[in-house]
Amino acid sequence: MIQTDILIIGAGPCGLFTVFEAGLLKLRCHLIDALPQPGGQLTEIYPKKPIYDIPGYPSVLAGELVDNLMKQISPFEPGFTLGERAETIEKTPEGQFLVTTNRGTAHVAPVVAIAGGLGSFEPRKPPIPTIADFEDKGVEYIIRDPELYRNKRVVIAGGGDSALDWAVYLADMTTELTLVHRRQEFRGALDSVEKVHTLAEQGKIRLLTDAQVVDLSGDEALRSVTIRHKTEGDQVVDTDHFVPLFGLTPKLGPIGNWGLEIEKNAILVNTTDYMTNIPGIYAIGDVNTYSGKLKLILCGFHEATLMVQSAYKRVHPGKKVSFKYTTVTGVEGFQDQAV
Amino acid sequence: MIHLTIIDRSGEEHELEAPTDMNLNIMELCKAADLPVKGTCGGMALCSTCHVYVLSAHQLPEMSEDEEDMLDQAFFVESNSRLGCQIQLTENLDGLKLQLAPETVD
Repeated sequence: MIQTDILIIGAGPCGLFTVFEAGLLKLRCHLIDALPQPGGQLTEIYPKKPIYDIPGYPSVLAGELVDNLMKQISPFEPGFTLGERAETIEKTPEGQFLVTTNRGTAHVAPVVAIAGGLGSFEPRKPPIPTIADFEDKGVEYIIRDPELYRNKRVVIAGGGDSALDWAVYLADMTTELTLVHRRQEFRGALDSVEKVHTLAEQGKIRLLTDAQVVDLSGDEALRSVTIRHKTEGDQVVDTDHFVPLFGLTPKLGPIGNWGLEIEKNAILVNTTDYMTNIPGIYAIGDVNTYSGKLKLILCGFHEATLMVQSAYKRVHPGKKVSFKYTTVTGVEGFQDQAV
Repeated sequence: MIHLTIIDRSGEEHELEAPTDMNLNIMELCKAADLPVKGTCGGMALCSTCHVYVLSAHQLPEMSEDEEDMLDQAFFVESNSRLGCQIQLTENLDGLKLQLAPETVD
């Protein structure tokens, strides 16, 4: 059981900056994120793209901004539960919130701040009608343990780095490896593309381009896939596994069922302290909405700052926050404080 | 102002007027007209929620590598597929006819 003052759902820029503002008020934070690393969209989708509207930075790469935020919050020693998705929330008898992840990790805090951005990132599933029937019966969207595929027949679909890299990796250990891609060009790293072509020439990868998987069949397990070529029609390929690798897409997910007021896929908050309709649960950053909302990182930072002021009163009822400038007080981390 | 026709996912045609001097793209136009286009990534060609089919024979700007790459991860991709966010509204697009691609439900 993890106990903290503010439990932050989502370790994107807003969630991370919350740790700093909370830390100035001597509140401790713990973050949960479905991705295996902090940074949210910035790290997962566009780490190398520049952002031009962070005050004081004429230009900063998204990945650099995350690195800087991590450095900025380090004095406040945030805890992280990464690679797990916040699944359920309930009230404890003491009036705190108990948030449990999909892997069963339990977190307790008097305040929950949802900084979930666009939602948790999950694999894009191809719209093949029967695909759900074969999930974990031959269809996997993520490769967790490559050993699962040793001496098996595998069909991989996709044209990005992960499809190419896994095709190269698995080519030697599978009995048959087919790579299906919708066009002839690949967007992956040049080096991986060349490797795939070399392995295809050596007969270690069956490369089917201008093609896509359109149907699956089997009984208790997957037996074959139907692959449709742009001009040459359908062919059935017998296989033990089908691994579609089409990247990740964000979904609001379980948070949508927490009893929060939702409007157009975002959580409705008031603009005094960014509290939701449930007292003690706040929502900040891209995940919230209110009149005049702009989905900007800098607005999320502002929301986080005001939110922790309100959160303080919930964590320490009756106590007053004394507002101080960091220029006057400096940044006193938890390490420096006398216990 | 230019005139566009957009067919939504239930097959209904929407006749839209759009200014060409506001630096708008197709995704933004659809959102402004309350058509069910999410535009999740905000126009960075990173999510494919603004995937459309181009039905008229207009000369469109060429596809960038980013757009091609994103379409690789999208579904229901056809030879006339484009990402709405990558098409700026310009005078020569008057009369453009588009259809919203199906959404992936999962």
